[in-house]
Amino acid sequence: MVITAPFNTALRAAAMLLFVVAIAACSRTPNTMPTGVGNLGPGGGAPGSQQEFLVSVGDRVFFTTDSSSLTPEAMATLDKQAAWLNQYQNYRIMVEGHADERGTREYNIALGARRSSVAVNYLVSRGVSANRITSQSFGKERPVAICNDISCWSQNRRAVTVVQ
Amino acid sequence: MTLLTRRNALKLGLAGGALLAGSSLAMAQLRIVVEGANFQPLPIAIPDFASSDPAFGREIAEIVRNNLRRSGLFLPLDPASLPVQMGDVDATPDFPTWRTANVDALVMGGVERGAQISSSVRVWDTQQAAQVVGKSYNTDANSSRRVAHIISDAIYESLAGSTGYFDTRVIYVAESGPKANRVRRLAIMDQDGANVQYLTDGASMALTPRFSPDGDMVTYMNFADGNPQVYLLQLSTGRQQRLTDVGAMTFAPRFSPDGSTVAFSVEQAGATNIYTTSINGGQPLQLTSGAAIDTGPSYSPDGSRIVFESDRGGAPQIYMMRAGGGNAQRISFGQGSYSTPVWSPKGDLIAFTRQSGGQFNIGIMNADGSGERMLYSSFHAEGPTWAPNGRVIMFFQDPGGNDGPKLMSVDIWGRNLLTIPTESYASDPAWSDLRR
Repeated sequence: MVITAPFNTALRAAAMLLFVVAIAACSRTPNTMPTGVGNLGPGGGAPGSQQEFLVSVGDRVFFTTDSSSLTPEAMATLDKQAAWLNQYQNYRIMVEGHADERGTREYNIALGARRSSVAVNYLVSRGVSANRITSQSFGKERPVAICNDISCWSQNRRAVTVVQ
Repeated sequence: MTLLTRRNALKLGLAGGALLAGSSLAMAQLRIVVEGANFQPLPIAIPDFASSDPAFGREIAEIVRNNLRRSGLFLPLDPASLPVQMGDVDATPDFPTWRTANVDALVMGGVERGAQISSSVRVWDTQQAAQVVGKSYNTDANSSRRVAHIISDAIYESLAGSTGYFDTRVIYVAESGPKANRVRRLAIMDQDGANVQYLTDGASMALTPRFSPDGDMVTYMNFADGNPQVYLLQLSTGRQQRLTDVGAMTFAPRFSPDGSTVAFSVEQAGATNIYTTSINGGQPLQLTSGAAIDTGPSYSPDGSRIVFESDRGGAPQIYMMRAGGGNAQRISFGQGSYSTPVWSPKGDLIAFTRQSGGQFNIGIMNADGSGERMLYSSFHAEGPTWAPNGRVIMFFQDPGGNDGPKLMSVDIWGRNLLTIPTESYASDPAWSDLRR
């Protein structure tokens, strides 16, 4: 398998990069984990690749506590996502809604759904066909940042656009 | 160990003054008064049960002692300290000997294991020289722990002024693996943590299990196929199926008290509302409407009303409506947010989770929202469930970070905080009714 080795190397490098970023973002804990972060595509982000979407466009938007309103930053990211998706029509997307751990389980499932719904509606309003979009809430069950710290919780309140 | 004498016990206000005045041998007066700031558990002597297999007799007695000790209402005395070390169900105890040893409550039991397990037990009030209760039971040969639990319930009921909760099971979510990618599967165990069985394999995430009233059916949220839905799982057959198909995410299921209906939440376009549907299919009935999050429904024991949480007024609060829907009234008014309301089996209280001041609290309130009391507070705790006698609440507590949740219990007087032993991290407990 000639292809396997470089693929794995790239994946490892990408995972390592994300690990470093996550540590920097949540510096109070040594336990921050890089798992659960959307699609880790191979390679360095060729135009139209999933990696490009992940690295150059940005696959996620963040929310304030208990809110599902889009911040200006979130809208800017979704604008870029919509432009990219409108250019590369061959992809479908799944929009995941997530909540931080500072809420009860069932409410957070509903809150995650509300967040994914808001992101989906925005993408549709920017011309992405609803037929290309599915969504799912994970409530608080799939955090990306792990620690007892406000900066970490803010990373977990997110809607993630997974390109498929 | 220190023996608490009856005299001390009375001084501490536990055994009730009536037994001083009582003189009828037919009506023993030994009782635990469960309320009061000076409460102390009732010392009780439980010698090993008589058995042709002494190890088995000791094992059964130890399960009974452990149950009663964990209730917080009893203090089983060290069996080695007792004047008689082996139970004798047939003879009348030598009451002066027991009184001299400062034992007021005495349990004499016997157990034999053949084709069936047979066990007999008598509870004696040594001061009154009277039997409080006498029972005998037969169960199948594989149910030795159940026999011990049934006997524990008989003892509890005879002395503690309420039915017990030891012959019950708890279904919960067993959690393992790193937090960001944790495996969550359904597990079931006896209330004391024994006899754990795993019901789902973890391939899809399972959350929020709840028992049907007869304990044979479970409803829960299953994330199979990327489509989170409410499922029904029959324990006796292992069969499971989706509750309903409304073309949207369904979650937060709870059985009605007669077991015929499940109330649950449906999420559509970011709005979450409460529906009910028959477990045999048919068209779901929509009970709430609007853009808010309405979830966590819980029936009153008489089936006439549903309590639920809603963020229609901003932060989530607790509301009540008729079981057919309409005209919901808010019943919680404190600061912060309220969620996971659960109606007590007796109908008098509602348990809930309250977030306030950066802490999570497990609390109870009267069914009209008055008389709120907090029973437990920590960095994170949620999801109360009631023991069938309405005296004990189990919930889960999570220290946060990479650590995981565990099951805990506390009684409605805010006493007797316990950790329930589980093999893995555990969350979302749901307590069964007494087994049938």
